[in-house]
Amino acid sequence: MELLNLNIPTWSDLGHWIPEAVLVGAFLAGLLGDLIVRGRRPWVPFAISVIGLVTAGSYAVAAMLHADPTAHSIMGRLVVVDGLATFFRLIFIFTGLVTVLFAWTSEEIMGRWRENKGEFYVLTTLMTLAMCVMAEARDLLMLFLSMEGVGLVSYVMAGYMRSTLRSTEASLKYVVFGAVSSAIMLYGLSLLYGMTGSLTFTGIRAGLMAHQPDPFGLLIAAVLILVGMSYKIAAVPFHYWAPDVYEGAPTPVSALFSVGPKAAGFALMIRFFYTVLASGNDPATGSTLIADFNWPLLVAVMSAATMIYANLVALRQTNVKRLLAYSSISHVGYILMGFVLLTGQGLQAVLFYLLVYTFMNLGAFFFVVAVNNHLKSEELEDYVGLGFRAPWAAAMMVVFLSSLAGVPPFAGFVGKLYIFTAVMDRQWFWLVIVAGVNSVIGLYYYYKVVKAMWLTRPAEGADTSPLKLHWLQYTVLGVLTVPTLVLGVYFGQFKALADQAIRLLSTGM
Amino acid sequence: MGEHILSWMTFFPVIGAAVIAFIPSERKEIIKTVAAAAAAVPLILAVQLFVNFDRGTAAFQFVEHYTWIKSFNIEYYMGIDGLSVPMVLLTALLSFLCIIASWNISKATKGYFALFLILEAAMIGVFCALDFFLFYLFWELMLLPMYFLIGIWGGPRREYAAIKFFLYTLAGSVLMLLAMIAFYLNVQDPNTGGHTFNMLFMMDQANHSAWLKATDIRHLLWLGLFIGFAIKVPIFPFHTWLPDAHVEAPTAVSVILAGVLLKMGTYGLLRISYPILPDAAVWFSFTLAIFGAINILYGAYCAMAQTDMKKLVAYSSISHMGYVLLGMSAMTSAGINGAVLQMFNHGTITAMMFLCVGVIYDRAHHREINGFGGLGLQMPLYTSVFSFALFAAIGLPGLSGFVSEAMIFIGVFPVYRTVAIISALGIIIGAAYVLWMLQRVFLGPKNEKYDDLPDISGREMFTLVPIGILVLLLGIYPMPVLDLMKVSLNNLIKVVAG
Repeated sequence: MELLNLNIPTWSDLGHWIPEAVLVGAFLAGLLGDLIVRGRRPWVPFAISVIGLVTAGSYAVAAMLHADPTAHSIMGRLVVVDGLATFFRLIFIFTGLVTVLFAWTSEEIMGRWRENKGEFYVLTTLMTLAMCVMAEARDLLMLFLSMEGVGLVSYVMAGYMRSTLRSTEASLKYVVFGAVSSAIMLYGLSLLYGMTGSLTFTGIRAGLMAHQPDPFGLLIAAVLILVGMSYKIAAVPFHYWAPDVYEGAPTPVSALFSVGPKAAGFALMIRFFYTVLASGNDPATGSTLIADFNWPLLVAVMSAATMIYANLVALRQTNVKRLLAYSSISHVGYILMGFVLLTGQGLQAVLFYLLVYTFMNLGAFFFVVAVNNHLKSEELEDYVGLGFRAPWAAAMMVVFLSSLAGVPPFAGFVGKLYIFTAVMDRQWFWLVIVAGVNSVIGLYYYYKVVKAMWLTRPAEGADTSPLKLHWLQYTVLGVLTVPTLVLGVYFGQFKALADQAIRLLSTGM
Repeated sequence: MGEHILSWMTFFPVIGAAVIAFIPSERKEIIKTVAAAAAAVPLILAVQLFVNFDRGTAAFQFVEHYTWIKSFNIEYYMGIDGLSVPMVLLTALLSFLCIIASWNISKATKGYFALFLILEAAMIGVFCALDFFLFYLFWELMLLPMYFLIGIWGGPRREYAAIKFFLYTLAGSVLMLLAMIAFYLNVQDPNTGGHTFNMLFMMDQANHSAWLKATDIRHLLWLGLFIGFAIKVPIFPFHTWLPDAHVEAPTAVSVILAGVLLKMGTYGLLRISYPILPDAAVWFSFTLAIFGAINILYGAYCAMAQTDMKKLVAYSSISHMGYVLLGMSAMTSAGINGAVLQMFNHGTITAMMFLCVGVIYDRAHHREINGFGGLGLQMPLYTSVFSFALFAAIGLPGLSGFVSEAMIFIGVFPVYRTVAIISALGIIIGAAYVLWMLQRVFLGPKNEKYDDLPDISGREMFTLVPIGILVLLLGIYPMPVLDLMKVSLNNLIKVVAG
């Protein structure tokens, strides 16, 4: 029993967990602070969260730059800090930080009639922590715990506007679907444990190699786990909770959901399937331990279905938030393409895409937040004329949407280019063609928003007064625009970070 | 600027656009002056190119070659040869004149001129890029400003036209992108052994992988690229975006669309498809000739049926681009030289026609051919300029259109005799729709509704006269342009036809 074999953590290993420790501290301090001011001064937990996230972020950046080639096990063997964890940690902390900053200016979170405003910041910090652990888990227990951790916080955050019917409904839907997916996955995990008698990823792999279990049983287990994770990342056909939850939750929360838990789900999928199921000593070959089953085809079909379905449905949306929700599902399809073959090249492309996606998708959602403060609406028809009412912000929105559509010279194009190249290198032509067609469909609905903002002339008597955005909103949008532009023309260094993350992915121990 | 002349030409307009972004939007005169200055610099540099270009070699000149993104083997690789020089000159000239022609834009002036300059940068970049990734980047960079220029400053159906243009071109671009990735993965850099986007390496068949040597694959890739470029040309049946976009776009943008953008399609075929897949080009050449003939006749017939002047000119573009395809398909010296000369000449002639249509539209606020009549009495100077452009479009001897069309037919006749004879009908239909329009608009009894229309203004003449002089000069003595491209194009024929 490996469980009893817990190592006593040494200080030197714990040193690699400073960002997480800081986040734990910030969470507790924020909670306590909010209690002391009795929820009347939300800036206290806000400030604590910002300080905590910035501190954790600086440690995470330092760890990234250090590029430590050895993986560090922490808490026995439950979690590991390696290249992959270091990479994802940065994405999560960045996402958490900008969400906190933007939420401060959002009427949905900070509106005068809201109660318990401080809790939002505390919860975001907690969620960031849980997502970091998701990317680090290398043990079935930790995998499940971290996923449930993210899930529980998400349920609360989705229902944050609890006086609103929409928000409550979103929360309830999320809880129900989340519970089902967890149960399904747990069943798959228990099968794996039964087959190998081990809880750690590497132990399971060793067990699978040694005993050659029944391929059908292994397939069932793998598919059940895939289903559970597909719920988290919202891949078709396990996506249907996503649009309702994204639409119902406060927009800053939707922004966080569409990036954070999704990236965390991918981190978990990469680590689990790459270390447990990829075949042979050389995971770069791209096949799996499941004998006689075309695993890549299964994922490829899922990827294609996700792209096609989400894009077609997005075409008909008239609510910008819902449109972006479907758009973020369609991006899961693109990202899954890189995941099809479990090759190093494909996974590196996935990581780079997730990095790019973080910037552009957060940007698009935050623009909706900023506009919602003034218009109290996310309907496309209310976006008419926005280009001339808030030119700079709307111009930045064009950058985000074009990048999401994959138009050069923006970052989204480069992300797609890498994924397409990785897939074409393995001769999956039909999948690339499906993705290409979907890019064109995507352009149409992204540009529906652009059209409303810039092209359509407002009706007679419509309000055309300039919108005054909060300076913090301009700053955050600007901070997201710069990488969306820069990564489109100068991406060598950043791609190298993604490559390093996969290279330093710990498969041993 | 001598060292990096191509980079300066490409990026100076971007600097201009950045400056304009920081000028307050009420200072319209300053914005327009800055825009004109920013477009004048590439024009001056273009003259310098014209003077210093070595006409005796097929090699690329004014080359700039730097590593850009090492891990993906992307290079900043710019250079021009005889094929690109005429296009670069045309782009610099038309962009500058179009900025002048846009002087009366009053709505959101700042955005208009900034976008226009970015558009110019992208166009020059396309014609200079020798790295496929760079080429693709410039190619796509053009779409965004064009979308907004049509969509914000266009006519009544501008929203539809703008997104249609964008979607069509993007669909073609996706095919091009897939072909580009296929080349990247299957062309070996002879120096490092890695993948490469370098077009010159792609042109060397020895660098192609075994996969890329298979005939079926090459035909498939050719078709992918062909559709991508065909949408831009546009070749029937991918042409339907063109009448919409041209008609809805503001005058200057129509000029750029017809004058420069369409040429990118045929330029892409000659720059990328022909030298990289020469065998597929030969395989496809007869089909291309047929497409050319269809374009010529179909475009001409459609033009005849139009009642809107701008739409007529737009369809005449489809017809005239058909001649380019026809010339390219022959793969003879006269054919290809004529085709590239036609690309240049159509750029100048159609620019004149669109500018002239813009002149009347600014005054009468409509473009109905049947709504005028007897304008020759009211606006004599305008009438003579427009007639000059129209006669050039018909291919009247002594004007530039005649030279290139004649060369194309001389080149095609020995190769595809029947197609050439059928296509020649296009000239007659061309004369018919042009003369018929001329008659309805300028001749006949005077329409009293337009008694107070002022004749063409000095600024408008300023945009038309330089092009007119070019059309006349190249009609009498086309050698200045032919000399530029002859060596490179004959070399291309050697590569393709062996």
